[in-house]
Amino acid sequence: MRYVAARFCRMAILIFFAVFTFGPVVFLAGGSIMGDAEVKSYLGPVLSGQEGYAMWRLLPLYPTLRHLVEVLFDAPEFFHMFWNTAKITAGILLGQVVFAVPAAWGLARYRFRGKKLIYQIYILLMMMPFQVMMLSEYLVLDGLELLDTLWAVIWPGVFSTFSVFIMYRFFSGIPEDIMEAARVDGAGEWQMFLRVGVPLGKTGIVSALLLQFLECFSMIEQPIAYLKDKTLYPLSMYLPEIDAGRTGFALCASLIALLPTLFLFMAGSDYLEQGIAASAIKE
Amino acid sequence: MKKKHTGILFVLPHFLGVCIFLFLPFLDVVRRSVFRAAGSFCGLDNFKTVLANDAFRLAAGNTLRFTLVCLPLLLVLSLCLAVLVYGVGRAAGALKNAYLVPLAIPAACVVLIWRLLFDAHGMVNGVVTTLGGTAVDWMNTGSAFYVLVGSYIWKNLGYVVVLWMAAMDAIPGTVYEAARIDGAGRIASFFYITLPCIRPAAFTIVVVSFLNSFRVFREAYLVAGNYPHDSIYLLQHVFNNWFLDLSVDKMAAGAVLLSIVICAAVWMMQRMWEDQ
Repeated sequence: MRYVAARFCRMAILIFFAVFTFGPVVFLAGGSIMGDAEVKSYLGPVLSGQEGYAMWRLLPLYPTLRHLVEVLFDAPEFFHMFWNTAKITAGILLGQVVFAVPAAWGLARYRFRGKKLIYQIYILLMMMPFQVMMLSEYLVLDGLELLDTLWAVIWPGVFSTFSVFIMYRFFSGIPEDIMEAARVDGAGEWQMFLRVGVPLGKTGIVSALLLQFLECFSMIEQPIAYLKDKTLYPLSMYLPEIDAGRTGFALCASLIALLPTLFLFMAGSDYLEQGIAASAIKE
Repeated sequence: MKKKHTGILFVLPHFLGVCIFLFLPFLDVVRRSVFRAAGSFCGLDNFKTVLANDAFRLAAGNTLRFTLVCLPLLLVLSLCLAVLVYGVGRAAGALKNAYLVPLAIPAACVVLIWRLLFDAHGMVNGVVTTLGGTAVDWMNTGSAFYVLVGSYIWKNLGYVVVLWMAAMDAIPGTVYEAARIDGAGRIASFFYITLPCIRPAAFTIVVVSFLNSFRVFREAYLVAGNYPHDSIYLLQHVFNNWFLDLSVDKMAAGAVLLSIVICAAVWMMQRMWEDQ
């Protein structure tokens, strides 16, 4: 009996926190199929200064797809900014495949002069909050005439040292025997990287890119600092700007903006978990 | 591991990019911290100005307070959850995923919910008053601080639970088995096996959580803009505002101070861990 009670308590605590973390998604899902009138009736105290306090229903009384239709077919600015986010994300991920994957491989599998120094520089840069680098990065981007273009957000993201660090962890774990075997079979260094490193370090590459993808969709600091032209803003800058009168629309837009990351999260949660573990736990 | 120049060829393109976009800018910040905005050398004057600056002192205090409140809270809470989830068995995967969801939610998507919840006429106050409490203007009083702590916990809880669980995964099951045969209960096992075994991992977990704490600026900025309530005016706000004013000298000195503090904090934690 005590055992059952203990199990019940444990499950109750665990589910309480699951509701705490997962709750906002449910809130958005319900809100995006709620009509304007219903939204206003619940949120009146916040939106238009009525007496009392705002309340909420998880499932609307009168569900409607109006906002969904509006976001999908009648909000060109939403799509424009979605497209900006897509371009930024594609640019950064592609850049990391080209630059960061080989770099992590080189750092993990070879010895050369200055390697230790490079590694320490990477760790140092990884620790710095964006605000420390903001000003000088701005000046560099200005010098390269990249300010106010999407490249200003893409290039610094491509060279994020965090991704290298994650992939490094996985590449280091490949047993040397496999490398030796490949060498004996006459594989060149480049082939070793492509035929041995990439397939065996796949988990590391995917999880680093996945974490980066999530980061791209929630970028705030970089666009504020490097983009003045509002037509270049990513989605993450657009959502908070929707005015209070269009709350139902805003909830629906937030939900749709959330779908790509949520989908990828569900498809790749194992990778994500391993990537997170690699960011701190040594095997 | 092979000693070959090929290694550097793999690294070089990325390293060049890092130099251009991150490392040289970083060195440039260090250089600028000892020069006036106009260009003449001024020794430590910029640092004195920054340290005497009211906004900077307020923000530094807040950032420190924020870190000291939310780090222990997050670490202990997530460790407890990790231990609980660990014993659940089949449902563990689903629970872990539920805790990780906030990681996949862009800050911008929840800002609206935050506003609706913590407005003076918001839902949280609705619940509070129904339960017989008095309403609080969450974002415009000192309570804003706790809203921010809550957002940080919300965002990072799953991340750290996964980290603790990964650390616990590395403990061989045979150790627990042996302890059980020797008559150790669950609680004894936790204190004498689990805790000592995850201590090395705890160092990196603390560091990662500490570094992630700087990202809470996103939520703070989106909910309350450039000038939030005094209690959540963080260093990141100061930097952002100096950036908008183009206060190059102050910003450089502030950035150098912050990076020194971060490095020192990480170094100190490392020392503490090695000493024990």
